[in-house]
Amino acid sequence: MSTLDATRETARRPLVGRRVHLGDVILQVAAGGAALGTVVLLGLLVYKVVQGARLSISTFGLGFVTHVGWDPLHNAMGAGNLLFGTAVTALGALLLATPLAMGIALFLTELAPRAIRGPVTALVETLAAIPSVVIGLWGIIVLGPVLRDHVEPALHSTFGFIPLFGTPSSTGTGIFTAIVVLTIMILPIISSISRELFLGVPGELKEGALGLGTTRWEMVRGVMFPYARGGIAAAMILGLGRAVGEAIAVAQVVGAFDGGVSWNLFNNGDTLAGKIALEFQSSGTNLETASLFYVALILLVFSLAVNVLAQVIVRRVDRAQGRTV
Amino acid sequence: MSAADVSVLQRPNDKLVRRRAFNRGMEVLAWVAAALAVALLGVLVWSVAKRGASELNLDLITKSPAANEFSLNPTSGGLANAFVGTFIIVGIATAMALPFGILVAIYVNEFAPRAVKNFLSPSLDILNGIPAIVIGIFVFGLLVVGHGQSGLAGAFALAILMLPLVARATIEVLALVPNSLREASLGLGVPRWRTTLGIVLPQTIGGILTGTVLAVARVAGETAPLLFTSSIVGTSTSWNPTQALQSIPVAIFELSESATPADHARAWAAALVLLLFILFTSLIARWLANRSRRKIARAG
Repeated sequence: MSTLDATRETARRPLVGRRVHLGDVILQVAAGGAALGTVVLLGLLVYKVVQGARLSISTFGLGFVTHVGWDPLHNAMGAGNLLFGTAVTALGALLLATPLAMGIALFLTELAPRAIRGPVTALVETLAAIPSVVIGLWGIIVLGPVLRDHVEPALHSTFGFIPLFGTPSSTGTGIFTAIVVLTIMILPIISSISRELFLGVPGELKEGALGLGTTRWEMVRGVMFPYARGGIAAAMILGLGRAVGEAIAVAQVVGAFDGGVSWNLFNNGDTLAGKIALEFQSSGTNLETASLFYVALILLVFSLAVNVLAQVIVRRVDRAQGRTV
Repeated sequence: MSAADVSVLQRPNDKLVRRRAFNRGMEVLAWVAAALAVALLGVLVWSVAKRGASELNLDLITKSPAANEFSLNPTSGGLANAFVGTFIIVGIATAMALPFGILVAIYVNEFAPRAVKNFLSPSLDILNGIPAIVIGIFVFGLLVVGHGQSGLAGAFALAILMLPLVARATIEVLALVPNSLREASLGLGVPRWRTTLGIVLPQTIGGILTGTVLAVARVAGETAPLLFTSSIVGTSTSWNPTQALQSIPVAIFELSESATPADHARAWAAALVLLLFILFTSLIARWLANRSRRKIARAG
């Protein structure tokens, strides 16, 4: 055998390090299986919710989405007023929470003395950790009466000419209480994302603006907000998604009322998620159960849309600013 | 240019005064917003503590509720069934979600081709964004229809909530482990699986632990996933997860819907215990996070 042949022979032999280990195969299959399992779980979730709603979908069709009223006795159910209540509570909460969250995030990144920066950040994050059922309990027993006795009459007497601020509620429950409760719940979400965005604004941009003689606020408006714009939009969308999906705290304070659509914020109302939480266990007929699945399906579609939208925004901004994900 | 002109430039004009005042106003508003958030937390915690403390005694944790629970006849008794139930349900949920989440993270970070990674990562975010009540409905349709409620079904629902949290936290710390460590191990002839499990994973224990503790704190207070999967319960304390088990959040929810003040009092006491548990675990998580961050900084 020539030297050349021997060399060829050696080269053909697999390297020791290239040997396929059984352990490698097992780990890769297990990890890959878990990853696949996650995707299957998502698919199964969508399938099961659609399957549960099928009876209601075939009975009511798309008209369910806009039909106002929930009357299981006469098999006439719709999500119209639930959608309305969800939109009003979630958008109201977003409207209150966003400026507050911007203020908190700016305070934590620009204004706070170093000594209180860490503790206040931790406290705001702790607010996010409080369970919704506890906030709901506080909402009915503590917050509701305060709003009913002080805030709602004040708003009514000042802004009563706007239909939103009609006759104050007699119970302390209602759309307005739900808005306040949801604001408390999404405030820490939006503020902690915004804080991280503001921390990411390059120092030389900020210093450049201040060096040109802007005040701090003008720097914030002219440099920090535009730089973090996409991220803030994504944070708001995530906050909106959280507010729309919150069931328990809303169910506790919103007052659960099917009477239709009312523009008075102090009236009782109902939301998609709250309806499921309150009605599911007492659901009497198959059609009503299927209709609650239908409501869950609307929530599911919405949460998927919210997530995809937020991710698209974040990606587009990253690309526009030339950052790599 | 004469000296007088310079002094005109130096003197703050009306516009500058206005701009400065506006800036000051905005700064004050930011202070107020932050103070409001901290005050909200204070008011919430204080409300719960004030109302819950008087009902807080050993009976609450050790005694089952008296019969006629949630009825018009509120008598003595504690919420032992809820405490035991939450302990079991959250324990099983953690046992399901932790290994599964770590495996998903290992796949995403160590094995997955870029295209698969770009698909899996958003999938975890989407799972994380699904409302808890929808997950409850899903598990009801999957496990409860035909089989009845059980602690296991509740635990499965909570595990779905925990999965993206654990996986996301693990992915983040796995990405921090320097590649030189993997290369050194592989270069010494250590097989891939032993490199991953024996060299890379131990570096990330702190981060995984932090993520898990935060996930536990989050799901321990979740009501919505348990409402349809593990809520129709008697008053006796059960340790058997194949039956429906009471839990603290569901108990608070049901007691809060009641009209009797005595039920509210016990709801506050249970809320206080839940809140203390969550604040305590959040503190532990924060401490763990700081420790592991220091450790990684030292190694890097």
